[in-house]
Amino acid sequence: MTTGTLIGYIVVMAGVTYAIRVIPLVLCQRQITNVFVRSFLYYIPYAVLGAMTIPAIFYATSNMVSATVGLIAAVILSWQRRSLITVAVFACVAVLITEWIQALI
Amino acid sequence: MEEEKNLCHNQFDAGFRHGIPIGLGYLSVSFTFGMMAVSEGMPAWSAILISFTNLTSAGQFAGLDIIAAQGPLLEMAMVQLVINLRYALMSLSWSQKLDASVTLPQRLLIAFADTDEIFAVSSGQDGTLGSKYMLGLMIAPIIGWTAGTTIGAIASSLLPDFIRSALGIAIYGMFLAIIVPPSRDKRPVRIVVLVAVTISCLLHYAPVLQNLSSGFAIIICAVAASAIGAWRYPVKGDNFAASGESGEVLS
Repeated sequence: MTTGTLIGYIVVMAGVTYAIRVIPLVLCQRQITNVFVRSFLYYIPYAVLGAMTIPAIFYATSNMVSATVGLIAAVILSWQRRSLITVAVFACVAVLITEWIQALI
Repeated sequence: MEEEKNLCHNQFDAGFRHGIPIGLGYLSVSFTFGMMAVSEGMPAWSAILISFTNLTSAGQFAGLDIIAAQGPLLEMAMVQLVINLRYALMSLSWSQKLDASVTLPQRLLIAFADTDEIFAVSSGQDGTLGSKYMLGLMIAPIIGWTAGTTIGAIASSLLPDFIRSALGIAIYGMFLAIIVPPSRDKRPVRIVVLVAVTISCLLHYAPVLQNLSSGFAIIICAVAASAIGAWRYPVKGDNFAASGESGEVLS
């Protein structure tokens, strides 16, 4: 593949992705008053994150067992309102320990 | 009370700090991207350039397949549009959350960093978002995403497998830390999350439905669950805070 073709692909990828991100942010500058729309936008982040986390988290590590242990650790810590970093780090540690035990068995 | 509600988050260093865990999480994902791109026969510089200009995971991985197959540019555009359409929803949500002081050039810059994680962390702050906070928040993720790709493309055997496996869950740990506390406190949020998760599993495991692209699946989950939430549990009040203590939910 020539460098020109490759750059063509990259320009299209980056251009489309940026357009999707920038258009709503620039065009919509005033407060939306419609209660349904406001409520809809309020729930969007939770819905997006929930959908992105499950079931994807089960495939994020080298096996489902360690991923499940990591998930449980993360849910317990976030239930106790620990910070983002704490939850992320201890989920990783839980996965590490689980896979280490699995290797021993 | 009113002043507290109109609080504007506008500290550069607070933004920067909040961006660090995102940047670390991005390292491992973009590392994989750099590795895959090179193994598909692409030069390292192109993988790095893609990461720096796109700053998105699902779209880039899908783009890689199209480049490898030398697919038409129109297909590339359509795939990016569908997979990344969720960003339009997030930008729209941001448009309600950004402080009135944020100028047009700043909006043009902030829009570039509309990723799931940056959006989620910023939405989790009470009050409105100022440009300094947002620009601070963007830095570590952009560096992490580009640096991870660079490392992956240049030295794919650098990290041992067990470390990469453990890092793979970091980003989901962060997601859970964002959605679990408000789900614990607010029943409507809990229901929206459960509906989204249920649909997500359905789209992932059900025959036929599982052929949907991951980006399109997220759009369906987000629109359906949020619409149900908005219909059953409308949110009142002037403050547009997507989480935290302020957004008052009628139930």
